[in-house]
Amino acid sequence: MTAPSSAAAFRGIVRRDLRLAARRRSEPLFTLGFFVVVASLFPLGLGPEPELLRRIAPGVLWVAALLASMLALGRMFGADYEDGTLEQLVLAPSPLVLSVGAKIVAHWLVSGLPLVLVSPLLALQYGLPGDVIAHLMLSLLIGTPVLSLIGAIAAALTIGVRGAGVLVSLLTLPLCVPALVFGAGAVDATLAGLSAAPNLALLGACLALSLLFAPLATATAIRISLE
Amino acid sequence: MLDATDLECQRGTRRLFAGVSFRLAPGECLQVQGANGSGKTSLLRILCGLSRPERGAVRWNGQPIEDLGDDYRAELLFCGHANALKEDLTASENLLASAALGGTPASLDSARAALDAFGILSLEALPVRALSQGQKRRVALARVATCERRLWILDEPLAALDARAAETLAARIDSHLAHGGLAVLTSHQPVGLRAATRALALS
Repeated sequence: MTAPSSAAAFRGIVRRDLRLAARRRSEPLFTLGFFVVVASLFPLGLGPEPELLRRIAPGVLWVAALLASMLALGRMFGADYEDGTLEQLVLAPSPLVLSVGAKIVAHWLVSGLPLVLVSPLLALQYGLPGDVIAHLMLSLLIGTPVLSLIGAIAAALTIGVRGAGVLVSLLTLPLCVPALVFGAGAVDATLAGLSAAPNLALLGACLALSLLFAPLATATAIRISLE
Repeated sequence: MLDATDLECQRGTRRLFAGVSFRLAPGECLQVQGANGSGKTSLLRILCGLSRPERGAVRWNGQPIEDLGDDYRAELLFCGHANALKEDLTASENLLASAALGGTPASLDSARAALDAFGILSLEALPVRALSQGQKRRVALARVATCERRLWILDEPLAALDARAAETLAARIDSHLAHGGLAVLTSHQPVGLRAATRALALS
């Protein structure tokens, strides 16, 4: 018998979750569709006032991304809990923190990264200049993993709870406020001709902090939920 | 060597069982019996380390399983009530995914051989959602054959299986025991092992 390898387990989980998302494309597409629709409603509702739209763009786009990423969170562990694969995840010989990390990576690739990639198109509706769009993408690239990481804790805490989706959003959104403030702040600063670096650095700090604690907290929450 | 001493399990205010002790040596099989709701599944979950007993301890080779952690889980194979299969994946994809999760990636050939042993190779290309309950159970049990673990803990492995699949499973367990493995299982029917099984009755 060969020694079990945690790296193989990590890769295996990411590959399996990506394959599942490819088989069932509707869920990732819901997230993306929600983001696109919400971000497009504001220019329609507020009317063609370029100055106003440009002014509110950073906040609106960030809030839309935040809400869209909440949609996919409820199912992060729910499906695995129902079919019994979550038990197998806990009973696997690799550390649960790593396996949870793999789940979060796969979740971000499926529901976070598409938001980053589609954001320049939406930014065009608000008439944002090129350098601002670049910083919007950068801030979302650093920020959306934070949302997935924090959301994972809430998703793990609400395993097996009815109506988990709404509860997850209520638990996660307040904790995502720092990411929202720094993320939208970075874009705002660029728009005002200031440096985005301080906000981006603080956003990076949020990411580092949640990378450190979220997988641990999620693993503990899963153990408790399964007991 | 699996040791359980004086296990007690409580669900809410109800005590399911107390004072459950046994010692299982390599090559032995323990069949847990009891009425519905007597705590068979709870006992198996305690033995896996999924839940903690109210009192008592489970030891593997003399050490408490909480202390062993991943080392214990590397020896353990659990097949629960739920089949732990992803409905959107095919049978062989499911086997490969769970082997990878165990940290020991399997080849497609070995996955197909395991499916063949349970007579479901012809359904290999279908997503699991298209299979019947019994066929799903067979896929779940084929997983048992692809993992090399010392201790098998099987919860109602015979549920939904037909006579032939049950024979295949019994032969698998027999050869596992013959190679020095251990098995704990629950079943309402006789499993039909050639090896002697010990019985543990929960009341």
